[in-house]
Amino acid sequence: MPDETKGNTPPVSPDKDQQPVAQPSSSTAPSSTPPGAPDAKPPVTAPPKPAAPPPPPKPAGPAPVPWESEMVGRLKQRFGSGIRDASTYLGQSYMVVDRSVVYDVLQGLHDEEEFNYLVDCTATHYPQRPQPFEVIWILYSFARNERIRVKTLLAEDEAAPSAVPLWSTANWLEREVYDMFGIRFDGHPDLRRILLPEDWKGFPLRKDHSIIQQDQEWVQINLGIESGQ
Amino acid sequence: MTEPTKTAGASHLDLDEREHTFLDANELVLNMGPQHPSTHGVLRVILKLDGEKVRGTECIIGYLHRGVEKIAEHRTYTMFNPYVDRMDYVAAVSNGLGYCEAVEKLLNIEAPPRANYIRVILTELNRMASHMLWLGTHALDIGAITPLFYTFRDREEILKIYEKYCGARLTTHAFRIGGCQYETYDGFEPDVKKFVAFVTPKIDEYEELLTTNRIWVERTRGVGVLSGPDCIDLGVTGPVLRASGVKWDLRKAKPYAAYSQFQFDIPTGQNGDTYDRYLVRVAEMRQSLRIISQAVEGIPEGPIMAKVPKVLKPPVGEIYHSIEAPKGELGYFIVSDGSTQPYRIRVRPPSFVNLQALDKMVRGQLVADVVAVIGTLDIVLGEVDR
Repeated sequence: MPDETKGNTPPVSPDKDQQPVAQPSSSTAPSSTPPGAPDAKPPVTAPPKPAAPPPPPKPAGPAPVPWESEMVGRLKQRFGSGIRDASTYLGQSYMVVDRSVVYDVLQGLHDEEEFNYLVDCTATHYPQRPQPFEVIWILYSFARNERIRVKTLLAEDEAAPSAVPLWSTANWLEREVYDMFGIRFDGHPDLRRILLPEDWKGFPLRKDHSIIQQDQEWVQINLGIESGQ
Repeated sequence: MTEPTKTAGASHLDLDEREHTFLDANELVLNMGPQHPSTHGVLRVILKLDGEKVRGTECIIGYLHRGVEKIAEHRTYTMFNPYVDRMDYVAAVSNGLGYCEAVEKLLNIEAPPRANYIRVILTELNRMASHMLWLGTHALDIGAITPLFYTFRDREEILKIYEKYCGARLTTHAFRIGGCQYETYDGFEPDVKKFVAFVTPKIDEYEELLTTNRIWVERTRGVGVLSGPDCIDLGVTGPVLRASGVKWDLRKAKPYAAYSQFQFDIPTGQNGDTYDRYLVRVAEMRQSLRIISQAVEGIPEGPIMAKVPKVLKPPVGEIYHSIEAPKGELGYFIVSDGSTQPYRIRVRPPSFVNLQALDKMVRGQLVADVVAVIGTLDIVLGEVDR
C-alpha cells in the first residue's frame, strides 16, 4: 500500500497543480483571475484537443450557459455585482457570490425562495488562485423540486459566514469543512474538528497536504507507535 | 485511538439552563461506546443524564475515518469505484450506482436501458438487504432476538444472487462507469423471481413478530419523535424523513436509472417515531419487491455498456448527483480538472447527516431509548466517518 501511493503521487501532483488554476476558474469565476486566466488557458485547451478523436460527446457537453430565471433576476437586482456569476452546467445551476453578501443570499434563498433543505456544504482548494478556497452550499427546495449550488471564494485567512442559523444541518457539515480544510465559519456555535482528533495538526483535504502525510507527533503520543505508516 | 482527555468534550455540551449545576448529584456523564454492540460500529456517544433521563448528548465520530475523499484525488475515476463500496458497506451496490451515475453525468454519457434495468434490480435488492440487516439488528438492540435470524436467513438469498452475478457478496463493485461489466448470468431472472416469491410471505412473517407485539410497540411508539419540519431543518432524508410524513423520495423527485418507468408508492408515516420508521421501512421492502418484479419482467435486450473511452477524462466542470440510498440521499459532488483523476470528490453521506439528529431525538428520553434511536436512524459508521 505505501509503495503504491508513493509511486503514484509524484507524477500526479505536477499536472494536478497546474490545471486547476486555470480551468475551474475560467468556468466559474472569470472575474476573479483576470491576469492568470489568459496565459494559463493554452495548456488547458491543449489537453482536450489530442482527445478530440471522439468528437460527438464534445460539443454536447461542457459549456456552461447563463442561468436565467426569475429568481436569479430578483437576486441580481437585490445584490447587484455581489452575484458574480450565475450559470447552468449539464443542467445544474450554480451561482458564485461575493463573500460579503453570501449570508444574505443564503438567507434570501432560505426565507423567500423556499430553499429549506441544505443538502451539503463543502469546499474545494485551489492553491494557485489568489482566493484559494471555494465554499459550496448545495440547496434544495421541496416546494420547487429544484437543486442549486451557491459558491463563494475565500482568501487564505478569510472566514465564511456560518449557515447554522438558517439550517441546523450546517452544524456538522461546516465542522467537517473546518476539519478537512481549516476554513473557519463565523458564527458557528461549536467549531471543532469532527472526524479527526481535536488536537490533530494539519488539514488533510488541502492540496498541499500529501496523501501519506500524518501528524506523527500525535500518533507517537497517543498511539504509542513510531509511525502511522 | 482517542485519548481519555477527550471526555473533556463533555464540557462542550450546550446543556441549556443547568450548565452551572455540574455538582448536582443527579447529573451524570456517561460514556457509551465506541465499543458497544448497539452503536452499530464504532460510535461514541457521551450522554449527560439526569437519573434515567437524557439531558444532552455528544457524538464522537471519526474512528473509521479513512480519508476516502483524499484517496479519490489520487486515483483515476475507474480506480476509485471500488472504494465507494466501503463506505456504506451494507449497501455497496447503491453506493456504486450513485458514483457511476455521477461520473457518467460528468462525462455526459448515459448507461443503456438494459444496464439501467439490471442496476435497478440489484439496487432494490440491496435496499432490501440493507433494510433486512437493519430490522434484524434493530430488533436485537431492543431485545427481540428472533427477527435477526429470520432476516439474515432471507438476506442470504440476496447475497447469493450477488455472488452469482459478480462474485462478491458484500462489497460488490457491481457496476462500471457507463453500464455494467457483467451480463446477467444464466438463470438470473428466474432466480430473482424465485426470490420475490420466496420473500413476500417472509415480510409478513417479520410483521407478525413485531407489528402488533406489545413489547415492541411499547418500546418504539412515541420514542425518538422527529417532526417533518425538524427533519428538513436537520437535513434528514430517507425513511426517517418519510416516517415524519414528508412524502419525498429521490426516485420520484429526481428520477435516475430506470426508476421513472416503474410503478411504486412512497410509504410515509405520521408520527415520526421509531415505530413509524419501522413501518415505513417494512413497507419500503414491499415496494422494492414491486419494482424488482416489474423490472425483471420488462428487462430489455441490448448492450450493457455505453461507449466509454478507455481513459476517462471528463471535461472541466462540476457535478452533483444524488440517489435515494437505503439510508437517505447519497450524493457525490465531483470536480473535474480535465485530467484522469478527480480534482475533488465530496460524498454527501446520509448516515452522517442523519446522525446529527440523534441529539434532538433523545433529549428528554430514557437511556434505554438511546439504543432504540441509534438503531432507528440506521447508520453505518463506515459511511459516517468515510
